[in-house]
Amino acid sequence: MKQEFTISIFSENHVGLLNQITNVLTRRQINIESLTTSESAIKGIHKFTIVVNTTREQVEKLIGQIDKKIDVLKAFVFTEDEIIHQEMALYKVPTEQLLNGTEIETLVRQYGARILEVHHDYAVIEKTGHKQETQELFDKLDKFGVLQFTRSGRIAVTRTNYEQLAAYLRSLNKETNNTLD
Amino acid sequence: MEKEQKNTKKMTGSHAVIQSLLAEGVDLIFGYPGGAIMPVYDALYDYHDKLHHVLTRHEQGAVHAAQGYARVTGKVGVSIVTSGPGATNAVTGIADAMIDSTPLVVISGQVGSSLLGTDAFQEIDVVGITQPITKWNFQIKSAQEIPGALARAFYIARSGRPGPVLIDITKDAQSSTLDFAYTPVTKIRSYTPVNAPDESQILKAAQLINEAKKPLILVGQGVILGGAENELKTFAEKTGIPAAWTLLGLSALPSDHPLNVGMLGMHGNYGPNVLTNEADLLIAIGMRFDDRVTGNTKAYGVNAKFIHMELDPAEINKIIKVDAPILGNVKETLPLLTAKVIKNNHAEWRNEFKKYDVVEAERIINEELKPSKDGITMGEVINKISTAYNDDAICITDVGQHQMMASRYFKFKQTRSIVTSGGLGTMGFGLPAAIGAKMGRPDRPVVLFVGDGGFQMTIQELGTIFQTEIDVKIVLLNNNFLGMVRQWQELFFDKRYASTELINPDFQTIAKGYGLHVEKVTNRSSLDESIGRMIKSKGAYLLEVIVEKEGNVFPMVPAGASVSDVRLE
Ligand SMILES: Cc1ncc(C[n+]2csc(CCOP(=O)(O)OP(=O)(O)O)c2C)c(N)n1
Repeated sequence: MKQEFTISIFSENHVGLLNQITNVLTRRQINIESLTTSESAIKGIHKFTIVVNTTREQVEKLIGQIDKKIDVLKAFVFTEDEIIHQEMALYKVPTEQLLNGTEIETLVRQYGARILEVHHDYAVIEKTGHKQETQELFDKLDKFGVLQFTRSGRIAVTRTNYEQLAAYLRSLNKETNNTLD
Repeated sequence: MEKEQKNTKKMTGSHAVIQSLLAEGVDLIFGYPGGAIMPVYDALYDYHDKLHHVLTRHEQGAVHAAQGYARVTGKVGVSIVTSGPGATNAVTGIADAMIDSTPLVVISGQVGSSLLGTDAFQEIDVVGITQPITKWNFQIKSAQEIPGALARAFYIARSGRPGPVLIDITKDAQSSTLDFAYTPVTKIRSYTPVNAPDESQILKAAQLINEAKKPLILVGQGVILGGAENELKTFAEKTGIPAAWTLLGLSALPSDHPLNVGMLGMHGNYGPNVLTNEADLLIAIGMRFDDRVTGNTKAYGVNAKFIHMELDPAEINKIIKVDAPILGNVKETLPLLTAKVIKNNHAEWRNEFKKYDVVEAERIINEELKPSKDGITMGEVINKISTAYNDDAICITDVGQHQMMASRYFKFKQTRSIVTSGGLGTMGFGLPAAIGAKMGRPDRPVVLFVGDGGFQMTIQELGTIFQTEIDVKIVLLNNNFLGMVRQWQELFFDKRYASTELINPDFQTIAKGYGLHVEKVTNRSSLDESIGRMIKSKGAYLLEVIVEKEGNVFPMVPAGASVSDVRLE
């Protein structure tokens, strides 16, 4: 049965790693639902967070193939209940609509969003949350004519094993190592 | 690179490349020059006494030759090519090495770093192209990176599950200077070459083995790569378990070993294929359940539990869900398991294989080796040559019917005696691989079996033979067809022989032009004598044998069928 998995990958910060990782997925016809990448808490170690929809069996194989990449330190897979995750969305709406009545402001409050900037022509609203939530707000705001909408990929922290993971990464740092830079 | 306060020496990047190779013990490389790698070639000129360079006639040949060398020696093969077309020509060889786990370091020249990404002359993104077909690759853009990157390259290529590494070096990195010091790499924090086995899995496996009534060992190349031939023998002999092998596991166990029950898979032997589905335990040792071995996985090992002894964690449960996975180098894990299993014999079960052997001999082998018809068969040629070499030559094959015939009928006494393109099935592999193999093992006879199709894919490497005067015996099994494809057309496409017939040139004249001794056999009556002449000859030899045009390789497990539905005709 297919379900949503969040894959966390820690790697060396080398050119071409994104390509290496996504290639493992595309070669197996796995669609990437979302992807974010940034430096991790440990300097020089990169973190990728990838959301995929697939079976448990397939995701285990993906992790194996990703882990096999020389520059990948460790790949982990999580289900929804094992992580706390968020995405961020930005909505650009006409200022005119914002000032015209209180509906938009009510929505902003109701959805725990905030108004980032207000300009003469447009205002920008920001919301973090799960995809359904940011989508729901979009659907509501769009009645007022959303000029632009963008949503980030998922970022996540684990509910369990977090300590274990950090320790693993720290232990790596202490070992003698051959790095290229 | 860690900045160490070591004795360093100032030199150019190109000299550093060669010094690094020498530091890794390399004394032979295969390559082809061109603009972007010229500084390295220029440096080679100064080292010709220490580092022998073999000029092939095509970059694909350079990589296949390095593969042949690596496969017979167990050392890392090295090839060196220029940017752009030089690099793309190397791609097939790199892919072949990747899928067959062959340790290689391929060095490609690249345009100057200031030109990267500008579509400069002969600029190609070879790091991007080879990313999915290398174990690791890296682009060097400054001379100082050279020793560190090459040290990594060699360590990665040969450690763990071996594979090809590509190092792309910009021209300016080759010609600028650095402070050279070489430190071999022994550890990379993000890379675990060998995982430790789980003790409980070994116990579980031992129990499965001790309880099994019909166990079968599946020998893969992992045994050879791990140098675990003796450990395998000890394990098999103690347990009395019959052992069958994959194409790349061939020669790990001597052909005449009493427990050797033959080849698995599409053109494997009758017994091991059928009995795979009668076995109650399959013990896979350093093999990866390739589809050419398993046929339909849903109908594979239907009565069996599985033990998988494997170095690469990504192979565990990839194709077959196993009951007891044992990670690690089989050279270390086999003795752990051997210590825990009871002595056994399995005489009755082993006898089952003999029954199938009788059927296979009657239905297929006897006619192939001693044909009643006039036409010469591939099998009889291969069998005679094997015997003439006392079953102790290195056998190289190209890809096609002759490859399957060679794996079926050539016999082996020593390990690392077969070099063949398994996972990729690369036509054109044979001739250059034979050159590399002979250079790796000049002390052993090297005989190549090649079809008239594949021969013409890398025939220009006869020029390499001519120039190096290397002693390879080439047996061209000429059926005027792309035989294996024709066989499929016969069996599965209603005999519609679309573009598989070959109108061939006179191979004798061609080979003569390249200075080879040549001989052509069209009649069985002269076969033995011709083989005798070839074997006694000094230097390269082309023995062309005109074989039955429409011979077929049997048994055959049709693609997607179950191994137990193996066809005898
Ligand atoms: C590079 C490449 N192209 C195509 C194929 C498909 N193919 C597999 S076997 C074969 C025929 C080989 O014919 P030949 O070399 O004459 O050998 P034979 O089968 O007759 O022994 C072909 C075309 C291949 N394996 N490799």
